[in-house]
Amino acid sequence: MKTPSVVRPSTEALARAPILQVQGLTKRFHPDFPPVVQAVSFTVDQGEVFALLGPSGCGKTTTLRLIAGFEQPDSGQVWLEGREITHQPPEQRGIGFVFQDYALFPHLSVFENVAFGLRHLRGKERQARVMEVLGLVGLTVFKDRKPGELSGGQQQRVALARAIAPGPRLVLLDEPFSSLDAALRQSTRDEVRTLLKQSDIGAILVTHDQEEALSIADRLAVMRSGQLEQVGTPKEVYHRPRTPFVAQFLGRTNLIPGKARGLEAETPLGRVMLLEEAHGAVLLSLRPEGLGLAVPLGHLGIDGKQIEGIVLAREFKGHDMTYRVQLGNRELIVQESPESPFYPGDKVRVLVRAKAVVVGRGR
Amino acid sequence: MFSSLTRPIPKPLLAVTWLVGLAVVLPMLYLVLRAAEAEPRQLAEIVLRERNLQLLGNTLALLVGVIALTTALALPLAWITSRTNLWGKRFWTVLLVLPLAVPSYVGVFGFFGATGASGWLESLLGFPWPRPTGYLGALGVLTLFTYPYLFLNLRAALLGLDAGPEEAARSLGYKGLEVFWRVVLPQLRPALYAGWLMVGLHVLGDFGVVSLVRFETFSYAIYLQYSASFDRIYAAWLSLMLIGLTGSLLWLEARLLKNLSLSRVGRGSARRPQPARLGAWRLPAMTLMGVPLVGALVVPLTSIVYWLAQYPDTYLNGLGSILEALRNSFQAAAPAAVLATCMALPLAYLGVRYPSRLSRLLERTAYIGYATPPLAFALALIFFSLRGVPFLYQTLALLILAYALHFLAEAIGPIRSALYQAPPRLEEAARSLGYKPLQAFLKATFPLLRRGMLASMALVFLSAVKELPLTFLLAPVGYSTLSTRIWGYTSEAMFAEAAPYALLIVLFSAGLVGLLLSQERR
Repeated sequence: MKTPSVVRPSTEALARAPILQVQGLTKRFHPDFPPVVQAVSFTVDQGEVFALLGPSGCGKTTTLRLIAGFEQPDSGQVWLEGREITHQPPEQRGIGFVFQDYALFPHLSVFENVAFGLRHLRGKERQARVMEVLGLVGLTVFKDRKPGELSGGQQQRVALARAIAPGPRLVLLDEPFSSLDAALRQSTRDEVRTLLKQSDIGAILVTHDQEEALSIADRLAVMRSGQLEQVGTPKEVYHRPRTPFVAQFLGRTNLIPGKARGLEAETPLGRVMLLEEAHGAVLLSLRPEGLGLAVPLGHLGIDGKQIEGIVLAREFKGHDMTYRVQLGNRELIVQESPESPFYPGDKVRVLVRAKAVVVGRGR
Repeated sequence: MFSSLTRPIPKPLLAVTWLVGLAVVLPMLYLVLRAAEAEPRQLAEIVLRERNLQLLGNTLALLVGVIALTTALALPLAWITSRTNLWGKRFWTVLLVLPLAVPSYVGVFGFFGATGASGWLESLLGFPWPRPTGYLGALGVLTLFTYPYLFLNLRAALLGLDAGPEEAARSLGYKGLEVFWRVVLPQLRPALYAGWLMVGLHVLGDFGVVSLVRFETFSYAIYLQYSASFDRIYAAWLSLMLIGLTGSLLWLEARLLKNLSLSRVGRGSARRPQPARLGAWRLPAMTLMGVPLVGALVVPLTSIVYWLAQYPDTYLNGLGSILEALRNSFQAAAPAAVLATCMALPLAYLGVRYPSRLSRLLERTAYIGYATPPLAFALALIFFSLRGVPFLYQTLALLILAYALHFLAEAIGPIRSALYQAPPRLEEAARSLGYKPLQAFLKATFPLLRRGMLASMALVFLSAVKELPLTFLLAPVGYSTLSTRIWGYTSEAMFAEAAPYALLIVLFSAGLVGLLLSQERR
C-alpha cells in the first residue's frame, strides 16, 4: 500500500534528530543552598558521545542522575526520543547507566550480571544476547567469574556490557575511567568509544578530566556551579572558549586584559589580533602555544617599543618546553620548541603568534 | 553527597517502620494507662509509700555497688591484659570474657550448689560455707557476671590510645601512676561511661539474681506483686519507677558524653606504648585475674558437674521433661528470632539509606524496648494484651512477640553492617535495568544481607533462650523453658534437678558469646 504525500524526513535528518533533550533542568537539595543544577539545557544526538565536563562538585553527576531518574528535578524537563520522561521512574526509562564504582552485583557471575537486565528474553535468546554483548567487550572467557575476581578494567567492561545489553538508545557514564590507572585509561577509553559508535548508542559521559573529554567526546559541555558555561565540539570549546573559566579549565592559558578596536586590541603584550570583532575593555585568552620567546633586540638600539620579560622558570617536557615569564607585574606561560635556549634570569622578548580569543567584555 | 536530605522515603517503607516503632512503644502506653487508673488518694498512697523509698535505696545501693566493684575489677584487668608484658594476653582476655556465657541466675545456682549444708564445698572442706544472700550476695554475683562488659570496653579503649600524650606527660616530669590518673584515665572516660551503662542496665533489669538471693529491689518487688497479691496498679507504678530509673541512667550517660571530645589531635598514625614490666607485680596480677575466673567460671561449672555426677538418676529419669523444656525454649525462641529479624530489616534499611532525624528516632525506639527492664516490659505487655488483644493473653504468641520486641535492637546491628556493605548504587543499577523498587531491593540488595540476617536471627534466638524474666511472666501456664526450670529448681534448692538445664543454658550462651565476639571483630 502506498501512502503518498507524506513528507518523510531524510535519513540524514533522522540520524541527527536528538535522542535526548534536556530543558531548564534545576535541582536544589537544600532550601538554604543555591541549586546544585541550575537551568541546564542541552541535546544529545543519536549515536553521539557527549561529555559533561567540570570540576568536582559542579553538579554534573547530579545532572546525570536526574536524566537517569534517580533524582527528581525541581523544574525542567527531560525528553527521550521525543517523549517526556521527567517524572518516570528509572526502570521505565530504558537508559543504561554505568556507575563510577561500577556497582556490579557481587553475588552474581559476570554472565548473570549482564543477563540481569534481560528479563524479557528467555533461554537461548537470552544466552545468545549475553554472549553477544560479552563478545563486544571481549570478556566471553570470564563469564563464570564473580566480579571480585576481575581486574578494574574488566569490571569496567562488565559494567558497560550490563548497561548496553538491554539495547538502550542512550547510556550514561559517571566518571567511567576514573578508577583505572593511567595506562589502562587511554586504551579503555578508545575501546568504549569504538563500542558506542559500533552500536550506535548515544552516550553522556561525566568527567572532570579535560583531556579525556576532549579526546572521547563528539561534543562537550563545560559545567560550573550547576550551570553550563559552554557547549560545543572539543575544537570549538578549546579554541574559542567563551568565558575565562572555560579557557582556564580546558588546558592552561594566559588571561590578558586589553582595549579592543575591531579585530585588534592593545594589550600589555602589544597589539594583538582578535578572532572576533570587539570594542572597548576586553579580557583575552592566549594559549601558551600561541606565544613565543625571542632574544631582545636591545643591541639593535630599538628600545621602548618592544615587550621585554624575564624568564622565571623552564620546564622541559620532551616534546616541548614550557616557560614561566615575568612581564611587568604579570606572569605568562609560554610554550616553545624543545630546543628553545633560554634559562631563568634571561631577558626575553614575548611574541604573540596566534589570534586572541575574547573571553570577557566590558569593565 | 547530601542528596539523602530531601530524597523522599518510600511510603510503604515508612509505614512498616512506623508500625514496628509503635509496636515497641504501645505496650508502654498501656503501662501508663494502668498506672493512671489510680484515684488521687490511692495515687498519693502508692507513690508516697515508705516502701518505695526503701526499694529505691536498695536498687540504687546495688547499682552503685556493682558499678564500683566492676570498675575496681575491670580497670586493672583491662590494663593488665593490654599494657603489660604478661604472657598470653589474648588467652587471658578470652578467659576473662567467658563469664558472659554464664547467665547470672546460673551463677546463683553455682554458688548455691557450692555452699550451704548440701554444697560441694562442705564435702570438700568439711564444714558448710555460708550461702551468699541479701545485698552482698546480689552484689557479688552481679559483679562477677557483668564486669566483662566494662572490661571489654576499657580494654578496647586502652588498646586504641596513642602513646603520645603519655610520653609527653613523662617528659614533663610525671611518674607512672600519676600519668595513669592524669592522662590515661581521663581518656578512658567514654569507655567507662559506655561500660557503666551496660552494667547498670543489667543490674536494673536483673530479676534472676535478686529474686534468688532475696534482695528487695524494684524488680523483686514487681515480681512479688505479680506472684502474690498482684495489685496491678501498684505493680504498674513500680514498673514506671524502674523505667524512670533506667531513663535517668541513659540520660546521665548521654549528658556525660556530651561535649566530650577526646579524638586524637595529632597527625600520622597512633603509636603503641611500650608494654609495662610487671616484675614483682606478676603474682598480684595473676591473683586478681583468678578472682573472677574462679567465681564466675570454676564455681558454676563445678556445681554443674558435681550435681550431675552426684545424682545421675535425677536427669536420666527426667530426660523427658528436659527434652520438653528444650523444645519449649526452641518453640518460643525460634519464631521470635525470625520475627525480630523481619522487623529489624526495615528499621535498619531506613536508618542506613535515609539517614534523617525521623529514621534515627524510629531506630531508637527499638533500643527503648531493649533498655526497658524486662520485668517492666513484660508487665506492660500483659496490660496491653489484657486490654487491647485479650485473645493473646497467656499464649505462646505473646511470649514470642515479647522476645522479638525486646531483642529487636540486637537484630538491627548485624543487618545494619551488612547494609553498609551493599551500596545503594546496586539498587539503582537494577532500577536502570528495568526493575521496580521492591524487585530491585530483593534482587540486588537482599542476597547480600543473608549473612547479616542469619547472624541477627542467631543472636535473638540465643538471647531468647537464656531470657528469664520475660519468660517467667509471659509464658502460658505450665509452659516451662530451660531458663524457668533452672530458676524454679534453684529457688527450691533442688540443685541436682537444675544441673542439666544449667549445662544446656551455658552451652547455648557460650554460642551467643562466640557470635557476639565474632560480630564485634568485623
